[in-house]
Amino acid sequence: MADFLMPILGADMTEGTVVTWRKQPGERVERGEIIVEVETDKATVEVESFVAGTVEMILVDEGRKVPVGTPLAVIGVEGEQPVASRPAAAVPPPSVAFPAPAPAATKALGARLRASPAAKQLAQELGVELSTVTGTGPEGRITREDVEQATKVLTRPAEEAPDRQTRMRQAIAAAMSRSAREIPHFHLARDIDMSSATAWLAEEDERKPVAERLLYVVLLIKATALALREVPELNGRWIEGRVVENRAVNVGVAISLRGGGLVAPALLGTDRRTLDDLMRGFRDLVQRARAGSLRGLEITEPTITVTNLGEAGADSVFGLIYPPQVALVGFGRMTERAQIYNGEITPRPAITASLSADHRVVDGHRGSLFLGAIDRMLQEPNRL
Amino acid sequence: MTRMTYREAVRSALREALSSDPTVFLMGEDVGRYGGAFAVSHGLLQDFGPERIRDAPLSESTFVGAGIGAALNGMRPIVEIMTVNFSLLAMDQILNNLATLRYMSGGQMSMPLVVRMATGGGRQLGAQHSHSLEVWYAHIPGIRVLAPATVADAKGMLLAALREPDPVFIFEHATLYPVEDEIDETAGPADIQHAAARRAGRDITIVTYGGSLPKAMTAAEELAKDGIAAEVIDLRTLRPLDTAAVLESLAKTHRVVVVDEGWRTCSLSAEISARIMEEGFDDLDAPAARVCSAEVPMPYAKHLEEAALPQVAGIVASVRSIL
Amino acid sequence: MRAEKAASQQTPSREHALGLLRQMLLIRRFEEKAAELYQVGMIRGFLHLYIGEEAVGVGAMQALGTDDAIVATYRDHGHALARGIPAGVLMAEMFGKANGCSRGRGGSMHFFDVSRRFYGGYAIVGGGLPIAVGLSLADKMRGVERVTACFFGEGAVSEGEFHESLNLAALWKLPVLFLCENNLYAMGTALSIAQAETEIAIQARSHRITAETVDGMDVLTVEAATKRAAEAVGRGEGPQFVEFQTYRFRGHSMADPELYRTKEEVEEWKKRDPIVLFRRKLEEWEMLTDPDFTQIEGSIDAEIGEAVACAEDGEWEPVEDLMKDVMVRP
Repeated sequence: MADFLMPILGADMTEGTVVTWRKQPGERVERGEIIVEVETDKATVEVESFVAGTVEMILVDEGRKVPVGTPLAVIGVEGEQPVASRPAAAVPPPSVAFPAPAPAATKALGARLRASPAAKQLAQELGVELSTVTGTGPEGRITREDVEQATKVLTRPAEEAPDRQTRMRQAIAAAMSRSAREIPHFHLARDIDMSSATAWLAEEDERKPVAERLLYVVLLIKATALALREVPELNGRWIEGRVVENRAVNVGVAISLRGGGLVAPALLGTDRRTLDDLMRGFRDLVQRARAGSLRGLEITEPTITVTNLGEAGADSVFGLIYPPQVALVGFGRMTERAQIYNGEITPRPAITASLSADHRVVDGHRGSLFLGAIDRMLQEPNRL
Repeated sequence: MTRMTYREAVRSALREALSSDPTVFLMGEDVGRYGGAFAVSHGLLQDFGPERIRDAPLSESTFVGAGIGAALNGMRPIVEIMTVNFSLLAMDQILNNLATLRYMSGGQMSMPLVVRMATGGGRQLGAQHSHSLEVWYAHIPGIRVLAPATVADAKGMLLAALREPDPVFIFEHATLYPVEDEIDETAGPADIQHAAARRAGRDITIVTYGGSLPKAMTAAEELAKDGIAAEVIDLRTLRPLDTAAVLESLAKTHRVVVVDEGWRTCSLSAEISARIMEEGFDDLDAPAARVCSAEVPMPYAKHLEEAALPQVAGIVASVRSIL
Repeated sequence: MRAEKAASQQTPSREHALGLLRQMLLIRRFEEKAAELYQVGMIRGFLHLYIGEEAVGVGAMQALGTDDAIVATYRDHGHALARGIPAGVLMAEMFGKANGCSRGRGGSMHFFDVSRRFYGGYAIVGGGLPIAVGLSLADKMRGVERVTACFFGEGAVSEGEFHESLNLAALWKLPVLFLCENNLYAMGTALSIAQAETEIAIQARSHRITAETVDGMDVLTVEAATKRAAEAVGRGEGPQFVEFQTYRFRGHSMADPELYRTKEEVEEWKKRDPIVLFRRKLEEWEMLTDPDFTQIEGSIDAEIGEAVACAEDGEWEPVEDLMKDVMVRP
């Protein structure tokens, strides 16, 4: 049996109309004999059959227009199937999305400020000093939008603030409702002895200039990131009914904004960065989060979120997970607590780490192992 | 060092090539008995004979195509098309064969053919004899396009072209033929990959090629009187373009004027401007300016032709307008 | 139509005759398969079939040695096969695969094989003639004794390049064979409405080139005429011209509805199908039986089958290689 298809009769032909069937079901057709007349944009053409046999069935009636390649009739073929009489598993030529030609590497301009003509124009109009503006365009070029942002940070026109606030609250509301609705949360907590961590930190910070001193939150973030290597499913994304592991560990850091509002942008590649680098990154994120100039990637890429509410006063946090993440790690107040060592009660700084986890992805056992791992990491801060 | 004219320099290169390489021969209209329409090949027929210096009938398409066939089969022809104006008759052979056969055959063919043409206006020869169509050729992948603007390059670039395995087009601006200068006779093949800074400066870059170079240099001198130091870049090679040289100069001066004898629309200066936009955007303190021919068929009357072509005054004015 | 048969045709050897028949039949089956594959989209672009003209390509090729050069047109499948380029390599080229003769870069109209001195494959009517002139010019200048054969259709006679090329070849006494395949139609334009002088041989003679007009449907006539011409070139008599009167049984290309000629005319010419004619002759000469023919057909079908497989199995040239071989030295 062979399908007789609407043939391609010309370089541009995409469809054809069956005009007249020259053979009817039951009739024999020889190889090379005309079987049908087809009308194209340009003309009516007689089409031959490439197989010999009997017309079994007509699939497309006269007068109908169909795309090329559509089966028009079925021919019962005697003997062997002719070689390649059908479009075989036609492997199409590989199509490659050509990357846009990379703009030639721009040479370092040294003292020369990179700003687009539109940015320069606007800066002049608004009286903004370009050297104070952070550029977010290609290669750090200052764009018109950057100048606009700078003015917003400066002046915060009254009408704007509530607007942005309202929108943000609405977004948070939607996300949190969805989280509560869809994610079966469970919560675990663990008290972590922070004496080693705080002692080590004090020593480190003594050696550093003020601007570079580490805050303990960075230790918490790094410990969480490293612990994820032991329980990687907590670093996943819930997509269409299953968890997809993320290869990268991008810890989202919850940052509260002045005037209300909350964002949790990512420190990209958290597990592979040094503490100093994470500190710089953290400071930068906080500054830009409050200035409203976070980058898209930072907002879309967190694989897990850490929220440190110690400063605000909570002892422990049982928060809602930000979908599509599957976990939220919270840290509460660092307080002096009575601990028992060698049968003796001693005061030591401690913090309560809590895990909110998606029960579809992980159970209490794995969750507990995770918290245990964070604890272990924090006992050897020099290895963070 | 010897003093000679541009045309003598080309002739000198032809002589050297014909003497040293038996596969080199010259073919074109009036290259033999007439001595060359621009006297470039004067005396060569007597010295090398009619097998090596071939007068062709007025059949541009076929003698260019024959040059291609001969280049495919072991020879190194130099085809002289009298002027770019007549090359239009050979465009099919040039585009569809010469530039294309290598790629279209999957890399099987190499055509070491050199095509020389006189080009440009300014001699009151009217609209059909005054074209500057270098950009049409610079548009085509598969060929090299050179524009020697100095006496040294007139010789050196032809010698270099004859060493290439690919087709090379050489445009000789007709007004340059009588220009005299000192050259090193022993110099040998010139670099054909790079532009050259003919004059250094830090206030503005003037980019040009071929017959417009002398005008650009004169304009630079005038500007110098007012304390404006212009850097003049002679492109030398039009395909491929030495964009790096232009960008390097731009990084110093931050302003550029391109002088191009072609019609402004879709000209070589448009290509250069586009590249400056793409790769030198941050170095610009002003948009790139262009001085080109007016969009008219070249008129015969002297004052009209002068008004149609780029002139020193126009270049100076363009520079001032962006400073 | 005036056809001049060769004065005396010696009967060929059976081996030679069967060889000619097989080559023509190979071309016929190859073209039929190409048409089939075009209609299902495996071959794209333009496809110009040589069906009906096989005797010209096959017969003329007998006069050419492996060192001679060939320039053809976009209707080049027959010449390429007759030249000995493997069917698989040609099929692969039409599929666009990297194992094609032009690495998939050319397609049906642009077959090249420099190792067999097969110089294409030109889409521009008349575009190959100056190239052939140049190839023969180089041979003459270098003292290499061989011939350049240039195939073209009668449509090329209207192009200026035709006259320029014949003139230059005659003027410089170049060793080129101008072989005109007059199939009466340049796409849809009949010779009679394109040329005031339809006797093409006269046009060639006006350039002082010896010209002969022969029946292009008889492979032995074609062979004899081309050999005569090639020998004349070899004797240093300058370029030679042969016009073959032939006919294509299919349209100009795949999309052609053939509105410019009557079905009756096509049927008339089909009565002179070169393969049928030659087969009959061989049977008369008792060189071919039905079983012989069936065997030849069978072996050709197998060859075509392998050719299609070769094309299907071929790889695509990697897209990363797009920019390769624009120049030798970029």
